[in-house]
Amino acid sequence: MEPLMNIDRLSTVFFTEDGKVTAVDEVSFSIREGETVCIVGESGCGKSVTAMSIMGLVEEPGGKISGGSIDFRGEDLLRLDKNTLRSIRGNEIAMIFQEPMSSLNPVMRIGEQIMEPLLVHLRMNKKQARARAIELITQVGISRPEQIMGSYPHELSGGMLQRIMIAIAISCGPKLLIADEPTTALDVTIQAQILDLLRGFKENSGMSILLITHDLGVVAEMADYVIVMYSGQIVEEGGVVELFQNPKHPYTRGLLKSKPVMGQRLEELYSIPGQVPSPLALEPSCYFHDRCGHCMDVCRTRQPQLQETGSGQKVACWLYEEAEVYV
Amino acid sequence: MAADSRVSEITAPRVNLRKSSLFRQSLRRLLHNKLAVAGFAVVLFMFVLCFIGPFFSPYTDNKINMAMMNKAPNLQHWLGTDALGRDILTRVMQAGRISLTVGLASMVLSVFLGALLGAVAGYYGGLLDQIIMRIADLLMTIPSLPLLFIFGALLSEWKIKADYRMYIVMLMLSMVNWPGLARMVRGQMLSLREREFMQAAVVLGLRDRRKLFGHLLPNIVPLLIVMATLNIGGAILSESVLSFFGLGVMPPTPTWGNMIDAANNILDFQERPWLWIPPGLSIFATVIAINIFGDGLRDVLDPKQKR
Repeated sequence: MEPLMNIDRLSTVFFTEDGKVTAVDEVSFSIREGETVCIVGESGCGKSVTAMSIMGLVEEPGGKISGGSIDFRGEDLLRLDKNTLRSIRGNEIAMIFQEPMSSLNPVMRIGEQIMEPLLVHLRMNKKQARARAIELITQVGISRPEQIMGSYPHELSGGMLQRIMIAIAISCGPKLLIADEPTTALDVTIQAQILDLLRGFKENSGMSILLITHDLGVVAEMADYVIVMYSGQIVEEGGVVELFQNPKHPYTRGLLKSKPVMGQRLEELYSIPGQVPSPLALEPSCYFHDRCGHCMDVCRTRQPQLQETGSGQKVACWLYEEAEVYV
Repeated sequence: MAADSRVSEITAPRVNLRKSSLFRQSLRRLLHNKLAVAGFAVVLFMFVLCFIGPFFSPYTDNKINMAMMNKAPNLQHWLGTDALGRDILTRVMQAGRISLTVGLASMVLSVFLGALLGAVAGYYGGLLDQIIMRIADLLMTIPSLPLLFIFGALLSEWKIKADYRMYIVMLMLSMVNWPGLARMVRGQMLSLREREFMQAAVVLGLRDRRKLFGHLLPNIVPLLIVMATLNIGGAILSESVLSFFGLGVMPPTPTWGNMIDAANNILDFQERPWLWIPPGLSIFATVIAINIFGDGLRDVLDPKQKR
């Protein structure tokens, strides 16, 4: 199938007092129609910045997209003019954020906020938009939609607000939904409901989802394709089944190992030693080398490239390149 | 597309949402503040007195009556008469119309200018911000009173007709008042702009105009209401000062300020206190009431600014 979005060597930098920080470093991947792609990684590895770059939320003078292209249905989002970009945002590409409580305007009624994209993108009149908004609220599983239309965000719970955010995001029937840790701020039972909701809409409308998360449980439940990021780079990617069954990169293995298993009691849960290196002081090396149990000499001096392995996975690790050389 | 059947419904909280509207909550809190209510009552009384009172006065034509010059308060003239035999009470009421109108109008204009320019400067930033804020800084570096005096003197020099002076005074007062407001609005905009819901608005593909006036400005309405209220008091005071010095609204159009001018005459000051006490008291009562009310409003609408 033709990819819906093709991201090619995307780099995003931020300018800080201490110097230039490369938050996303030549990241390439594509999202096919109807596919759920998950980006996983720990805090500060560039997952969210990747999403922000796609949405054009990285603004100068704070930072900028320093290279690459984001191809969406044949057009490069980075080269579109403001008006065209505006007609794509919220319409064909929608986004939901981590904190539903702060993602809605506190002084606007829920109804107005759901109606807004309908009025702007679909050119509905007030009456149509209102009817559609009520329909949307019902679709995301909230009862008594008329009453919700007239209430303010502070009157609803986090779970309900995230449902409202989803209603707003899907209101114009987007082709791609970017969800930046949509369940992180919610408690576990609500998490499952929200994920079910997203999956239901995806199955019904055939939209693609780019899901950003650090929760491997969420990945296992939602993803078709998984991208593991570390320190602004993709270290491993592949189909969800292969990746979970046969993780290649030591970082992916570490991540999977540090996940509690139901019914299994351990003295201590495994955690990957060390921390993500400071993005200010990166030298040509595998960025994971000082936390890696398989670190070799070459890891300290040269950066591994993302290579295809036999099973359709891609991995950036010297372990596998060397293996190929020797075999 | 229907929601997946696995999704359980969650129910909206069972409270009557209408009763807890922000406006009602604020009103209830405001009514608890006795001082603020008293302030509002005084302001309301002054407005009623000045705008409706003259309809009940038989002396509204301001006829010069030499037989009734400088009479002390009596049954016909409750607050006495002035040097031309005009009724003081009627003139205080008529002066109040002018003073309150000038105060209100210049407030509306300065809040409009301040909010608009501050919002635009804070939202767009960059060169536009620089230009607007440097103009504001420039206006703020000049002490407002001398600036107003210069303007007033120019008006007299150019022989502006007395009828127009009132409108020009309104403009002058707005010109010295908007920079402070613009600064405050800009500061609020700078912090609101970075909030997550504004990122969400960007992601929705909204136009700048909609983001600015639909999303950002409603967030600072409480602040604007408070600033506007406090601003009226200041404007009334400034107008009075100008008129007192004969640089604002000119007689025969009465304002509280130019009526106090009577106190400049040592004889009037010592012998005829009914000439200058009523307008002075009106200014005092109105301004202090507005400020108390404004403080109460701030406590209700803008709790973060509470001292």
